[in-house]
Amino acid sequence: MKKVKKGASAAYLALIFLFLYAPILVLIVLSFNNSMSRTVWGGFTLNWYHNLPSNDTIMDALWTTLRITLSSSIFATILGTTAAIGINRMKKHHAAIMLGATNIPLLNADIVTGISLMLLFTRFTSLGEFSVVLAHIAFSVPYVIFNVLPRLQSMSDACIEAAMDLGATPIYTFYKIVLPEIFPGVLSGFLMAFTMSLDDFTITYFTKGAGVNTLSTMLYTELRKGIQPELYALSTLLFLLAFLMLIATNFKGLNKKEAQRV
Amino acid sequence: MEFIQFDHVSKSYDKQLVLDELDLYVKENSFVTLLGPSGCGKTTTLRLLGGFEKPDSGKIYLNGNDITALPANLRPINTVFQKYALFPHMTIEENIAFGLKIQKKSKEYIDDKIKYALKLVNLDGFEKRSIDSLSGGQQQRIAIARAIVNEPKVLLLDEPLGALDLKLRQSMQYELMKIKQELGITFIYVTHDQEEALTMSDTIVVMNQGYIQQIGTPEDIYNEPENAFVADFIGESNIIEGIMIKDELVSFLGVQVPCVDRGFGTMKPVDVVIRPEDVELGAPGKGFMDGVISDCLFKGVHYELDVQCGGYEWLVHTTKYFEVGQHVSLNVIPFNIQIMNKPESEDEEVLKEDV
Amino acid sequence: MFNRLRTSFLAMPYAIWILICTILPLFYILGYAITNGNGSLTISNLTAIVDPVHLKSLGLSIQIALITTIICFILAYPVALILHNLKISNKGFIVFLFILPMWMNFMLRILAWQNILSNNGILNSILSAIGLPTIHILYTKFAVILGMVYDFLPYMILPIYNSLSKINDDVIEAAADLGSNWINTFIKITLPLSKDGIISGVIMVFVPALSSFVVSNLLGGGKVLLIGNVIEQEFTLARNWNLGSGLSIILMLFVLASMGIMNKLDDSENGGMLL
Repeated sequence: MKKVKKGASAAYLALIFLFLYAPILVLIVLSFNNSMSRTVWGGFTLNWYHNLPSNDTIMDALWTTLRITLSSSIFATILGTTAAIGINRMKKHHAAIMLGATNIPLLNADIVTGISLMLLFTRFTSLGEFSVVLAHIAFSVPYVIFNVLPRLQSMSDACIEAAMDLGATPIYTFYKIVLPEIFPGVLSGFLMAFTMSLDDFTITYFTKGAGVNTLSTMLYTELRKGIQPELYALSTLLFLLAFLMLIATNFKGLNKKEAQRV
Repeated sequence: MEFIQFDHVSKSYDKQLVLDELDLYVKENSFVTLLGPSGCGKTTTLRLLGGFEKPDSGKIYLNGNDITALPANLRPINTVFQKYALFPHMTIEENIAFGLKIQKKSKEYIDDKIKYALKLVNLDGFEKRSIDSLSGGQQQRIAIARAIVNEPKVLLLDEPLGALDLKLRQSMQYELMKIKQELGITFIYVTHDQEEALTMSDTIVVMNQGYIQQIGTPEDIYNEPENAFVADFIGESNIIEGIMIKDELVSFLGVQVPCVDRGFGTMKPVDVVIRPEDVELGAPGKGFMDGVISDCLFKGVHYELDVQCGGYEWLVHTTKYFEVGQHVSLNVIPFNIQIMNKPESEDEEVLKEDV
Repeated sequence: MFNRLRTSFLAMPYAIWILICTILPLFYILGYAITNGNGSLTISNLTAIVDPVHLKSLGLSIQIALITTIICFILAYPVALILHNLKISNKGFIVFLFILPMWMNFMLRILAWQNILSNNGILNSILSAIGLPTIHILYTKFAVILGMVYDFLPYMILPIYNSLSKINDDVIEAAADLGSNWINTFIKITLPLSKDGIISGVIMVFVPALSSFVVSNLLGGGKVLLIGNVIEQEFTLARNWNLGSGLSIILMLFVLASMGIMNKLDDSENGGMLL
């Protein structure tokens, strides 16, 4: 009975992961497809990987995407972490107001967030790469805050007091005690902000100016023309990069745990 | 001026008064225990001394210097926290070295100190271990080591044994006394456990509701509690309302009994305190009153009896077994009858005294 | 404590940020919604929702969002439960398995579903290979729902998984100890204790499903016109920002209403935290 249950669980999980990863498999296969058409298999090729670096449209969009994603997620991490530290020390009802406002970009429909920011930006500045960065910070800060805050809350005040008791100044205490404690939260907040920014279409679509294209918006405008197969190659590479990073960090994490047990 | 002095220190949280005009003096190199139930203000007193709280009013002096406004990191005082508060991301060595690195001590000095401190707390060779690999008792020793390497003038201990089990607690008590002897610095210890207080301290400060109830040696506190609260909190007691008829004669539960106390005046209402181990049981008619055993529990070293007598349920400890329902007489020698003033107002509960 | 007030000022830059980049834009969209192109006040942009075309899109959006949410819940709960029972020590790994697909461009992944679902696509090839009748699903409502379930499923799994991992195992054992079988334990203990996660999941799926316009564009083939598509067209093709803003406000009201309903069900103190 227990075995049947275990088998059924494993099968169900496998099906769900197949569902989530099936399109990715399709895209990886397409990146090796020696045909311009998405529906015809024209044999195996590495052409698209080979041509990728010389495809200016795609490479431009890639660099734009990376610039926007990196700068917005780094800034969001700094802003969100300092905000979380402040909110953690606020009076309860003030903190509740801050968190309520922090939830707005998470809960609001992306299209409304995108449009409202566009309306603001067209009034005060022009639409361009900078406005996209601002918009991305706006929707990714909440992820940082909600990753860092629980870490701060579960951290005992006693450790901070102990550091002060042993002669540490508040700033020294922050770098030596608080930051190492909350770092996993800061890191996962950063990674989520990075991923959300990388994957965003809607908000970028509304807040970008003419001529600025991230991979998502470039794809959307080129849908009717047909997808350039180099994009499959690029996506496959990006995905593999993330996948390898995930495996590596997980492996490292396991090793560390093993070491501690000895 | 004394080594540590609290001068009219008051502190409240959210409009709730925790300490009211507290005066307290501590001599150098003493082992002082702040004892009382939770919420009595003992931890607040400790935190004020550690620099984690600021008093609303009043001054705190250390060695004659006003340290009231000095932040925790600038006070020559270190604390052993209740739940250890070890830094989880550092090794034992790094934890102990934390304060010394801030003082910019040399590497050799730090290494020596770590070795010395670990030896002192019986954990030699634990330098490179991680915090998670330690038991609660070991973590507490590291917390002590981390505090003492800084050579503080005063070591504050906030219920440091509270999280340990009974056996470990007892052995740690002896170790703490040993460490105290070795270091020769002032220990200020907070606990709600009277046994800890009686075992380790030179001086006990009994606190309740933000006021000091009594200050004295463990023997004084136990044998001569100054009021019903202290008597009730320290050990178990029979506390009976009575009337001091004249010097050396008290009346309670309808009988007149000789005692040794003088100076209460005549016909004054008082509280009579009799420790359960001081009650002698005998054959009916042989004591100052007779009663019936209503309960008898074996407690290991003694039996704990409830005796119905004169309308009061007496708590009695004996080494002899008595049947429930057995008729007995009660007797107490005059020396073991403790007479206490009844407090007439709340102010009278406050006793200010020099240690 | 001593340093309570010292660090709360660190939230000040963020407070200013919220005012400018979260609150102010909402006033802007409201400003556009209640004016017309000449700048005079009007409610016509808001009442435009009763226009049959808009009303139909809104109805369809609500219908699709509801179905998507229900399917996501039915699929996600067992996943969360199984993952929880796996007792994996590295919780972060699981979370990243679900957000890893996002590293492959969202639009491309939806396009890949076109490949899978099209009439002579992968799904139908498999179906005919094993002797089953082929299905026509691409460019229908069902394809849109499938795309949305695909896109939003992780947002349902993760909060439920988080809430499950907060349940103390002792409680489950106590229920068993008191004679409860696993079905009873699940219905009486596990399900109610994971309510916070379910509510977060429902909000995080329903809201984007209600307002999505890309999935319906790509998998609905222009035949499925959702309220998100209508708003997008007002801003891009029709260039009527006032009408687009008005409809956005209506959409926001629906989002707020649905959250109000969900929050009524949520009696926990920290109902504000979704992640």
